[in-house]
Amino acid sequence: MEEGRLPDALFGWGPMEPESQSSDRNAAEWFASGAAGIASIPALILMTSFAGFGVFCRESGLTLAQSLFMTVTMWALPSKVVLVSAIGAGAGAAATGLAVALASIRLMPMVASWVPLVRGPETPKWQLYGLSHFVAITSWVFAALHLPKLPREARVPYFAGFALVLISVNCVVVAVSFVSVSKLPVVMAAALFFLTPLYFLTALIAAARIPAEAYAMGAGLVLGPLLFWLNVPLDLLWVGLLGGTGAYLAGRWQRRLQGQARARRPDEP
Amino acid sequence: MSPAFQDQAAIWWPFVFILLAGAIPTDIWRWLGVMAGNRIDENSEPLRWIKAVATALIAGVIGKLILFPTGSLAEASLALRVGSAAVGTGAFFLGGKSVFVGVLAGEAVFIAGWLANS
Repeated sequence: MEEGRLPDALFGWGPMEPESQSSDRNAAEWFASGAAGIASIPALILMTSFAGFGVFCRESGLTLAQSLFMTVTMWALPSKVVLVSAIGAGAGAAATGLAVALASIRLMPMVASWVPLVRGPETPKWQLYGLSHFVAITSWVFAALHLPKLPREARVPYFAGFALVLISVNCVVVAVSFVSVSKLPVVMAAALFFLTPLYFLTALIAAARIPAEAYAMGAGLVLGPLLFWLNVPLDLLWVGLLGGTGAYLAGRWQRRLQGQARARRPDEP
Repeated sequence: MSPAFQDQAAIWWPFVFILLAGAIPTDIWRWLGVMAGNRIDENSEPLRWIKAVATALIAGVIGKLILFPTGSLAEASLALRVGSAAVGTGAFFLGGKSVFVGVLAGEAVFIAGWLANS
């Protein structure tokens, strides 16, 4: 894990308690320590974005049960937002599944880099598969920032504590925001709804580590509304494939230009 | 033509839909990630392409939400939505790439702008 390149500014976690030396704690205590991570700005940001998600679900015609079910079975907000968006557009199951799959690919490298961080010396595979369900951006950054400082046997319960508390609290947040929308003045409902695009806009920019991702953001922001407006079927899929491929090629071209510029100045490092 | 979420009247269908078209396409990447377990090179070309595609897709959803929202957000003017998003993004950068600052500023402008026009 390249810790130095993590989007540290994205999350306000400062140094947490230096527990690395006390390996005489049991699993339950590590679980509780991890759970305490809920009292942090990143967790708060996530909770506000879930409040926005609750409103988004309701205004897309979903029931509370469906919204909660989605939260528990999928967890990752980008995937859920794509799903709700596709549902709202009346897409079929296959097209929707494809769009969600494309949006969720990032989870594979995220989990792959999370595994060596979280596994203990004898962690059974089923625990890794189970815990991986709770990996999404916030918990992944949490793992990257905190797990390396802990003794190996602490990491699984610590992460499990944080992940389970995070998902439970956010289920409550979704339920509360979903239910209270109708009782809120319209401006508050709209403001909560607005949290979803606003949060993603800033979080995606913060998380972009290569130029291709920045180009992809720009391409998506333009192509998304454009293809929708043109009534292109499977518009989200096309936005991803066209915008993403274009952005990837642009990033690659940029790297080649930078490589050529460096080659022309052999004296510089 | 595969069935849509709203197609079947059965009460369990939406949940099956969420599982098939939502949970499985999401979790499958997590399982693949556990299987791969850090044998993935973050800087490989396929991975760069993958990140670009996923980012573009999500950005597309955001763009649609800002320009073509449904529900209560639709009652805000286009100028208010785009303006608040722009201010939020600017504040994000000014705050040293802080999501917290960006969201706070964008929301504040949104609410203030809404109230100023009502």
